Amino acid sequence: MANDHEEQRLQSQDLGYDPNFVPDSVKSFVVHLYRHIREKNVYEIHQMYETSFQTLSERLFKDTPWPSVDAVAHYVDNDHVFCLLYREMWFRHLYARLTPTLRQRIDSWDNYCSLFQVVLHGVVNMQLPNQWLWDMVDEFVYQFQSFCQYRAKMKNKTEQEIALLRQFDQAWNVFGVLNFLQALVEKSAIIQILEQEKEGGEQFTATDGYDYNGGSNVLKVLGYFSMVGLLRVHCLLGDYHTGLKCLQPIDISLPGVYTSVIGSHITTIYHYGFANLMLRRYVEAIREFNKILLYIFKTKVYHQKSPQYEQILKKNEQMYALLAISLSLCPQSRLVDETVNSQLREKYGEKMNRMQRYDDEAFAIYDELFSYACPKFITPSAPSFEEPLVNYNQDAYRLQLKLFLYEAKQQQLLSGLRTFLKVYSTISLAKLASYMEVDESTLRTILMTYKHKTHAVDSAGKVISNADVDFYIDDDTIHVVESKPAKRYGDYFLRQIVKLEGVINEMDSIKLE
Amino acid sequence: MGREAVKPQQQQGQAAGYTVEQLVAFNRYNPDILPDLENYVNDQVSSQTYSLESNLCLLRLYQFEPEKTSSQIVARILVKALMAMPAPDFSLCLFLIPERVQMEEQFKTLIVLSHYLETGRFRQFWDEAAKSRHIVEAVPGFEQAIQGYAIHVLSLTYQKIPRTVLAEAINIEGLSLDKFLEHQVANCGWVIEKSQTRGQLIVLPRNEFNDPILKKNTADSVPLEHVTRIFPILS
Repeated sequence: MANDHEEQRLQSQDLGYDPNFVPDSVKSFVVHLYRHIREKNVYEIHQMYETSFQTLSERLFKDTPWPSVDAVAHYVDNDHVFCLLYREMWFRHLYARLTPTLRQRIDSWDNYCSLFQVVLHGVVNMQLPNQWLWDMVDEFVYQFQSFCQYRAKMKNKTEQEIALLRQFDQAWNVFGVLNFLQALVEKSAIIQILEQEKEGGEQFTATDGYDYNGGSNVLKVLGYFSMVGLLRVHCLLGDYHTGLKCLQPIDISLPGVYTSVIGSHITTIYHYGFANLMLRRYVEAIREFNKILLYIFKTKVYHQKSPQYEQILKKNEQMYALLAISLSLCPQSRLVDETVNSQLREKYGEKMNRMQRYDDEAFAIYDELFSYACPKFITPSAPSFEEPLVNYNQDAYRLQLKLFLYEAKQQQLLSGLRTFLKVYSTISLAKLASYMEVDESTLRTILMTYKHKTHAVDSAGKVISNADVDFYIDDDTIHVVESKPAKRYGDYFLRQIVKLEGVINEMDSIKLE
Repeated sequence: MGREAVKPQQQQGQAAGYTVEQLVAFNRYNPDILPDLENYVNDQVSSQTYSLESNLCLLRLYQFEPEKTSSQIVARILVKALMAMPAPDFSLCLFLIPERVQMEEQFKTLIVLSHYLETGRFRQFWDEAAKSRHIVEAVPGFEQAIQGYAIHVLSLTYQKIPRTVLAEAINIEGLSLDKFLEHQVANCGWVIEKSQTRGQLIVLPRNEFNDPILKKNTADSVPLEHVTRIFPILS
């Protein structure tokens, strides 16, 4: 690799900065971070990782990379694993603030390979903050997505870039990416751990994934977050069914390690909701979007200083758009909390009214909201270098958009049907047909479409109703089933009982003088 | 509903005696299992079984290495996915098939067929299917599977359905329909009524979707996990 170093040194002369210059503050940063990692002081590691790294980046490396790993290695005993971790952060910072070159993309891939291989071989005995471990998986998937987008823009590639792409065809190869994530899931035995936890055998969630018995949390927690990573990669590929399957071991109806890091919490629910939306399980999508949007609304003030704050706000906006889409296709606003609903009305109220009309303008809004809020779909295959070079970075997105709009169009007559069903308790087919200006046999097809589209079938073959208004037909009369708002007395009373108990306990603890 | 159970089968050419289901479960991101998965599609066709998991896995491998795509296999997967309706399998497959592949004539036909089924237009569906026999007849059990789907949608929608409407949806008429009805009356709880004005009325079995009385009121029930929250208080 001597050539690489030579190359780097030559480059540095035109870079306008010296990649080997290590300011004192950086020296002190790596020395302390290294010490805290060796002492397994998770609290201090977290502080340095979340705060010091950001502060130093802001102050010293706003638009240049951090010092190269070779320049800091001797401050940390040339520790192999520490250097891998340092480089991981080095690349992450570079991706966030600068534009990575193809060579850097390839080097970052190599670094992830080395890092994950070390973890998979079980020789890592560190304890790292969940935030950091989540960021690793998140960044790994992000860089994969970014690479696919970059590679798909073939038109402006230089000959040198094309030669590199051909030479390093394994870098960010989709099989490699998926197999790393899958290997982390399997090697960590996280699925079995979560299973045993339900029977009280193992402790994972209760300790937020940390190991308080001197062991390491790295493989286990990376394996855990890799399930979320797999969900995301599969969504990027348009494989929603498999994505949800990968997430299945995590029970998202309960808090868990995935909720211990806000970024992971949001990524999980965003992709879970999106996949359910594409699978026409609207009620499920609405329910989860509602929960997380309410959660973000209540907690976002605590994240204002976090480096993820902007990302949180962006995903927040996107999920409102997805909620607007879901509710337009499945108008069940009673599933939505009042706070979320008023935010939604403020942001999309007018658009949602127009979406109900199902004319060209309405489809333009479906298109707009979907395009704004969907994941950045990727084409995972390498380009054919023999054929004329074309850009294909939009192909995957266009396909998903087209299929989504196709679905929305199949449902376009349902909105009108709803309007009538809401005002009648019984109505004859002939009468409704004349109101809707269609013939009777067309009306029957619309009614069946309504039933089919509002009744999803889960993977076990069970029928789940998403219907807001329901009906049945007896010969040629439609009977509308009044939908009563579900009042959850049981849950209400349970919560009150717990609350009362809390109050009583509090009163007991007060000593009257 | 309408989903056949999967029977894992041994076949030649498989690595070290693993079933395809095992390969999909434990080795799904491996390009080398592609021929096994292709064979398995043909197996599903001939033995009238179905495995969405392994078919999605194959489409994914085609997506990763488009030059290996076999149109014939993709067509079979799509016909099988239509047969799995009301499950959304057909869309799940389309999400993974690049647009330029979807432009092929046979896929356009299948997409039209799916559109008719998705929008309850059975008359148009059967007409179109009759014109495309070469595609759908290559897969045994196609007609019965679609009839199964039609009956599923009808059962969600109707308590009583005019004979003519039923006939159109399942594409059976006259004596064959009499025979079919006889079978349904004997095995599936269907009842035939005479309507005063027109011909026969078929009474479909009640379920929670065509009869509000059977609708389970989930709102009144409290899951056990929620009750456990107050166990410490109750004790």
